Amino acid sequence: MEFLLWVRGPAFNLALTVFVLGMTVRLLEIFLLGRRPNYAEPRGPEFGPGMKTVLNRFAVDPGVFSRAPFNVVVGYLWHIGFLACLFLFIPHIELAHGTFGLSWPGLPNPLVDALAAVTLVSLVAVLIHRNRHPVMRYLTTREDTLVWIATFLPVLTGYLAYHRAINPYPVALGLHILSVELLMVLFPFTQLTHAFTVFIARWYNGAAFGRKGVQS
Amino acid sequence: MADTDTLGESLRRLGVTRRGFLKFCAATASMMALPPGAAAAMAAALEKARRPSVIWLSFQECTGCTESLTRSDAPSLEGLIFNAISLDYHHTLQAAAGSAAEAAREQAMKESWGKYLLVVDGSIPLANPGYSTIAGISNVEMLKETAQGAAAIVAVGTCAAFGGLPKARPNPTGAVSVSDLITDKPIINVSGCPPIGAVITGVLAQYLTFGQLPDLDAYRRPRAFYGQSIHDRCYRRPFYDKGLFAESFDDEGAKKGWCLYRLGCKGPMTYNACATLRWNQGTSWPVEAGHPCLGCSEPSFWDAGGFYKALSVPTAEVARTAGYALAAGVAIGGVAGMVGQSIKTTAATGHQKVTVDELEA
Repeated sequence: MEFLLWVRGPAFNLALTVFVLGMTVRLLEIFLLGRRPNYAEPRGPEFGPGMKTVLNRFAVDPGVFSRAPFNVVVGYLWHIGFLACLFLFIPHIELAHGTFGLSWPGLPNPLVDALAAVTLVSLVAVLIHRNRHPVMRYLTTREDTLVWIATFLPVLTGYLAYHRAINPYPVALGLHILSVELLMVLFPFTQLTHAFTVFIARWYNGAAFGRKGVQS
Repeated sequence: MADTDTLGESLRRLGVTRRGFLKFCAATASMMALPPGAAAAMAAALEKARRPSVIWLSFQECTGCTESLTRSDAPSLEGLIFNAISLDYHHTLQAAAGSAAEAAREQAMKESWGKYLLVVDGSIPLANPGYSTIAGISNVEMLKETAQGAAAIVAVGTCAAFGGLPKARPNPTGAVSVSDLITDKPIINVSGCPPIGAVITGVLAQYLTFGQLPDLDAYRRPRAFYGQSIHDRCYRRPFYDKGLFAESFDDEGAKKGWCLYRLGCKGPMTYNACATLRWNQGTSWPVEAGHPCLGCSEPSFWDAGGFYKALSVPTAEVARTAGYALAAGVAIGGVAGMVGQSIKTTAATGHQKVTVDELEA
C-alpha cells in the first residue's frame, strides 16, 4: 500500500516533471532552430499540404509493404493496440478526467483486454523478428532493446493487474504505474520521442512539397 | 474478573443447550472459512476453555469500533462478555469511572498477568502525550504498561492497526499504530473504519477457541476476513468486467446498479469482508447501498486520493506539476534554442568560402 501511494504520488510527480520538461525542451529546440530560408518563389501553400501529409502517411506505402510485410502489419497491430489500451481503457480515461477534467468515450473492458493480449503477442513477435532477421539484428542498439522493454512492461503489468494475477492488488497496480513512469522518464531521451516528432517531420515534408507545388 | 469455570460449565449454568452451543460453533467456523471438522474442534476447545480476561483500551478514536461491536450479531456482544470472555476493562461500556476503573484494570492485569487479551482501539499520539490521556495516564504509557502482561494484542480498527484518521497528513498529534510501539507481543490487526462487528467478535472467538493467532496476512490481518479484496467478491463485479459503469450517483448506470469504479470505488485495492459478511445483521454494505468503497481497512486510506476520484487517478498534483514542468521546459528550451541559433549563426558567419581555383592551386 505504501508502495502504491509512493508511485501514485511522489514518483508520479517526478516522472511527469521529467516527461513534460524534457519533451518541451526537445520540441522547442527543434522549433527554434528553424529551417534554412528558402529564397525560391513558392508555387503553393505550405500549411494545408503539410497537414495532409501528416494524415496520408498513415497509409502504407505499397513498396514498403511488399518488402517488409511483417514489419508493417505487426507494427500497425501493436501500435493500435497500445494506443487503444492507453487512451480507451476506462480507468485511463478517468485519470485524464480526474486531473484535467477531460473525458471521452472508452471501449468495453473485454475489448481492451483482447487488444492488450494482441499487443503483447505482437510485441514479442516484433522482438523475435528483430533478433532473427540478420540485418535488423545488426542494426539493433541497446537503446532499441531498452525502448522495447519500456514499452512492453506497461502493457504486461497492466494486463496482469487487470486479471489480478499478482497478489496483493496494490502491488500489481503499483508495478503497472511504476512501469509507465519508467516509460515517461525515458521518453524525452530516447527514440520514443518519435511519438511527437513523427508528426512534425511529416508536416515539414508535406510543407516542403506543397511549397514546390508537387504532390507528397 | 477472570473466571475459573470452563466455558462449557458456565454455558450449562446459563441454560445454553448442547445443540445451541454446537450451532454457534458451526456458524463461527463457517464464517471464518474453517474446514467443517473445525466446528467440532471448536466445540471441544471452547467447552474446556477458561474464560480469559480481556482488557479493552480506547485511545484516539471515535468509539465507532465499539459501536460496531455492540451491533455485532453473531456471536452477540452479550454472549462474548458473559459467556466467553471476561471484559474487565472498557471505559466506554463499564459503569465504573476514574480511579475505580483504573483499579479494575490493574487488578485484572495482576490476576491474569501473561494471560489476558489486550484489545486496543484508537491511535496513540506521540507529538505530545497530553493530547490523549485516561485518568491522567498518557495513551503511550498505558499501552506499554498494559501490553507487558498481555498474551496477545488485538488492534481493532484502522486507527489502532495503522494510525488511521488521526495519522492522516499532516498528522498533528504524531499518531502511531499499536504495532509501531509494541514489537515483542503477538498483534492481530482487525482494520476497518470501523471493522465489521462480526469480524471483531469472530477474531476474538477464534483466539479463545484455538488459543493462538489466526493465519495473518502481511498487515497482520486475519486472512479469513481479509484474504480477498472487495472487488473480487463484489456482486457488481460483472459490470466492471463488462465495462458498465455508473458515472454519477443518479444516472441510469447508478439506477441499474452498475460498477462504481468511476465514482471512486477503492474496492480493487481493499481487502475486507464487507462484500461477503455485509453490515447490520447482513442487511447491506456500502457498495450495495450505492456508495463506492472508501478503502477504510487499508493503511493510509485517508491519504490515498479523493474518495470520489477513481483509483487510477494519481494522488500527485498532476496539473500543477505539469504546469511547472512546462514553464521550466519553455525557459530551458528557449535558452537551448537560442544557443542552437547562435551556433548556427557563428557557423554561417565563420564559414570560409573556397573557390575551385583555390582548391586546384
